[in-house]
Amino acid sequence: MNLLSQSVLRAAEGTEIPVVAPDAGAGGVFDLLWLVIALPLLGAFLLLGVAPFLKGSPKAALDKHGHLLGTATSVSSFVLSLVLFVSLLGRGEEERQVGQQLWTWFETATISVGMDLLYDPLAALFLLLITGVGSLIHVYAIGYMEHDPRRRRFFGYLNLFVAAMLTLILSANFVGLFLGWEGVGLASYLLIGFWQHKPSAAAAAKKAFVINRVGDIGLSLAIALMFATFGTTDFAAVSEVAGEADQGTLNALGLLLLLGACGKSAQVPLQAWLLDAMEGPTPVSALIHAATMVTAGVYLVVRSNFIYELTPVAQTAVVVVATVTLLWGAILGCAKDDIKKALAGSTMSQIGYMMLAAGLGPAGYPYAIFHLLTHGFFKANMFLGAGSVMHGMNDDVDMRHYGALRKAMPVTFLTFAMGYLAIIGFPGFSGFWSKDRIIETALAENLFVGLLALLGAGITAFYMTRLMLMTFFTEKRWAQDVHPHESPKVMTFPLIVLAALSVLGGVLLLGDWIKTWLEPVTGTVEHHEPPLPALVITLIITAVVAIGVAAAWFLVGRREIPREAPQDVSFATRAARADLYGDAINDAVVVRPGASLVGGLATFDRVGVDGAVEGGSAAVGGLSSTLRRVQNGFVRSYALSLLAGALLVVLALLAVNLG
Amino acid sequence: MMLTILILLPLVGAVVTAFVPGALARLVGLGFAAATLLAGVVTATRYSVGGGMQLTETHVWIESLGVHYALGVDGLGLLMVLLTVVLVPIVLLAGWKESDEPGNSGAKAFFAWTLALEAMSLAVFTATDVLLFYVVFEATLIPAYFLIGGFGRAGRGRAATKFLIYQLAGGLIMLASVIGLYVVSADAGNPSFLISDLAAIDIDPITQRWLFAGFFIAFAIKAPMFPVHTWLADTTEKATTGTSVLLVCILDKIGTFGMLRFCLGLLPDASQWATPVVVVLALVSIIYGALVAIGQDDVLRLIGLTSLSHFGFIVLGIFVFSSTGSAGAILYMVNHGIATALMFLVAGFLIRRTGTASIREMGGVEKAAPVLAGFFLVGGLAAAGLPGLSPFVSEMMVIIAAFDHHWLVGSVAVLAIVLAAFYALWMYQRTMTGPGREGAAVVPDLDRREVGILAPLLLALVLFGFYPMPLLDVINPFVQDSLASVGIGQEGGPQ
Repeated sequence: MNLLSQSVLRAAEGTEIPVVAPDAGAGGVFDLLWLVIALPLLGAFLLLGVAPFLKGSPKAALDKHGHLLGTATSVSSFVLSLVLFVSLLGRGEEERQVGQQLWTWFETATISVGMDLLYDPLAALFLLLITGVGSLIHVYAIGYMEHDPRRRRFFGYLNLFVAAMLTLILSANFVGLFLGWEGVGLASYLLIGFWQHKPSAAAAAKKAFVINRVGDIGLSLAIALMFATFGTTDFAAVSEVAGEADQGTLNALGLLLLLGACGKSAQVPLQAWLLDAMEGPTPVSALIHAATMVTAGVYLVVRSNFIYELTPVAQTAVVVVATVTLLWGAILGCAKDDIKKALAGSTMSQIGYMMLAAGLGPAGYPYAIFHLLTHGFFKANMFLGAGSVMHGMNDDVDMRHYGALRKAMPVTFLTFAMGYLAIIGFPGFSGFWSKDRIIETALAENLFVGLLALLGAGITAFYMTRLMLMTFFTEKRWAQDVHPHESPKVMTFPLIVLAALSVLGGVLLLGDWIKTWLEPVTGTVEHHEPPLPALVITLIITAVVAIGVAAAWFLVGRREIPREAPQDVSFATRAARADLYGDAINDAVVVRPGASLVGGLATFDRVGVDGAVEGGSAAVGGLSSTLRRVQNGFVRSYALSLLAGALLVVLALLAVNLG
Repeated sequence: MMLTILILLPLVGAVVTAFVPGALARLVGLGFAAATLLAGVVTATRYSVGGGMQLTETHVWIESLGVHYALGVDGLGLLMVLLTVVLVPIVLLAGWKESDEPGNSGAKAFFAWTLALEAMSLAVFTATDVLLFYVVFEATLIPAYFLIGGFGRAGRGRAATKFLIYQLAGGLIMLASVIGLYVVSADAGNPSFLISDLAAIDIDPITQRWLFAGFFIAFAIKAPMFPVHTWLADTTEKATTGTSVLLVCILDKIGTFGMLRFCLGLLPDASQWATPVVVVLALVSIIYGALVAIGQDDVLRLIGLTSLSHFGFIVLGIFVFSSTGSAGAILYMVNHGIATALMFLVAGFLIRRTGTASIREMGGVEKAAPVLAGFFLVGGLAAAGLPGLSPFVSEMMVIIAAFDHHWLVGSVAVLAIVLAAFYALWMYQRTMTGPGREGAAVVPDLDRREVGILAPLLLALVLFGFYPMPLLDVINPFVQDSLASVGIGQEGGPQ
């Protein structure tokens, strides 16, 4: 059966396939939408594509000041995003969708894919997050990477990432989204492996890319299935006709997109790359592996809401994956002594919360995005804070070697503390509002899932308090030659801004602003009554968080912390330290069988296939004697006579045929 | 006359290069290659986008047999011509020093044989008479044989022989079908080898199948496809990378070119009849090629085997019989040519520096030679189908069409994106990253000549990655003509 022909036939019968991207009469500042992407792309091009081929003083200038260029393009992009946002605010609710068609990317008789952009309330928030937090991290990296001889290249990669991430968000169809999707994957690969003289960094980079590619199978097939079913992948067009597809197709689409989301957002079972990705420089961990790229899976699910709404099966799958991941990540976070890995486990877990909200449908979408934004603030804040700590501790990442740093690094401590209070959900801080709403919605939709999310909040409070205590409180456990000091202003300034955002991010919820803002994209909310009054739920959540904090105080804060991790620990701790055996499972299921298969096939190709062909032809035509002649040096004349013979045969056969 | 000039220029160039004094040979050879490039560009400007055979020339060659010296280009032929005339000067520049080094047969021979191969390839892509096609098809083997046997690493003689025997075997099988076509046309009352005459004959289905088998086997060896691919890895391992570019990026395209021209063009019923088998073989080639590539230790063998996987995609695109699939396949032929040329050439530069092609003996090259590493990475990512580089567009088109043909076919083919990422990045990891081997000599970075050779390929990858429409504007009309001849309008595939 040919699905594409069906869809085209349908078009022939008069059922219009919508092809035009929404365009509420672009104009004015919206004509500059493309520039948001082009600016950082230009930065990347100059720093990566031009600089290596220059000589003399231009090259020296770029090497010396390239970071300023990279930061400038990112900041310009932020300013433009801000102007665009204000302009969008000024429009009526129905007009808050602006399309821009740049050029036809590729086209055949039956399909057409445009380089089209779509700027709407959802994209607007992402633009601010990416360019805003992105710019702050560019500034921070000026200090962090000051002594790295390849700093120009680092900023080139950062610019490349920002451009790709903006492409992902602004694309008006799934193929364009995939371009950005793979672009951020490439930037992530380059930045995880930035210190690629370290074999561990190079291996981690490859691992991240390859696992992401497994997810890309899902996204690629979803694109193919959309073309086969709808003849297009434009968001607007697909959302119009999605309802006409049969249930099986819709279920498949939802699950395939989820597979893609799992790869990019490190959700179980494609989670194993994220902790290794901490090999990258810390600004990278903050920007790509906490605040922006890893949340692309959440964006994908929310953006595809018109599909998920029609497939309860896939929605349930999203909820299951999310719930498993939010606990999985939280458990890892409890066992890690490496400060970045503990934070990475936390990131997995927090993205699990966002995914959970996204899986709950229209009631959850706004909170998924809300938590995505607040998490972007406080997690970027804490990663940069961790970088600042490492900066002061000679790049040691082991929290068992920290302790009592609050006096040595007061600014880092205070800003980190804001992030800490936000993530555990201390009343009034940004994370309090966003997580509270997710758990509340989850409880209303499904009690069991809601309780697990509540449990996750307790574990979050535990591992974050543990991290806080081991780093900034408890007694000094520093190595002898370490003299912790506060980081330079260029690094603490972004910390202060992000700390402020971590505290105040909750304002987005004032008057349910974010809900109303996103409604044109995510649909109207159908209200489910939570099982208990909202205030009671909030109090319960706060109590659970308090228990988590207290548990950490009794188990970590009041005890002596050994400089070496004790080995005689429970099975649970061992499992959590081993990432819940994620790598072991991958090794057993994929890596080892795969290695045997590849090794076997390579031998089979040489001995089996080649041998069979050679043997077969030897039996027929005496190849083996020919090959013997190779060694004897007769090969040339022999082979040429074969060729001449073949041409003679042509003529001979022709002659025979004539007669 | 335009096409005759196009073929004669490199042919004359080959002869002249062979007879001028050694010191001049390279310059003269490059001059002729540049002139051919110019002729190719002029051909393109005279071609009007809209389909059909253009710039045709027809002269009776052997009247009693209905053989003609007949040339012409359509969209497919034009792109193959352009790919050829662009790649040859690049290959000559890449072989500038290497071909003159001890152990090789000298720059003069390299330049002359390359030009001869270019002439024969151009004739193949423009021939519109089946016997003429057959003669030049076989004639490509002579320069190819001497290029493999005369330049490269130890063991190349055996590889050259293996190459030749494989190709000759394919050629002989095809010959039977060529003669069969002639018999068919003689039976129809008008003996002729002209493709246009043959296409007009309604050949009965059983005969079609026999003729199809002959052509398809020959083209499957050429392309190559599993299981007749084993000449490929041996050849690319032993030959110089310049020769490999000529073989894999230009000559192998004759295989898929022939499938479109002869199998689909002349034997449409049999082509559809054979589709299930061909699709399975293509899928096996895609997956098998990628898996075997992962297991290689020799950089050049590895790159050679990736082409097995890529040709699987091209054949798959051709045999799902849809406008997106065919267009994707033809675009893939161009993109594969560019990307694989980049990969081979940069690997060649790498191996000349390290003195070994063994992956396990390399490491840490990036530190000393970041530009080289950058090109190497882009080549690998192009092979892995990264969006933004041109192979992505064609691969996506083939996957879309394959999925549309049957969801399972698309789902198997798409596995290649994981395997390709793995072989590309694992090779990069082992050769370019890490601390480097102790005691290994410092690898100097690419010089200006080398960057100049690679840069046009890289620019083409990026340009066509974002804007492949100039190519598709040429391809789409051809695809419509071609599918119409198979009896498929743009409405859909075989039911």
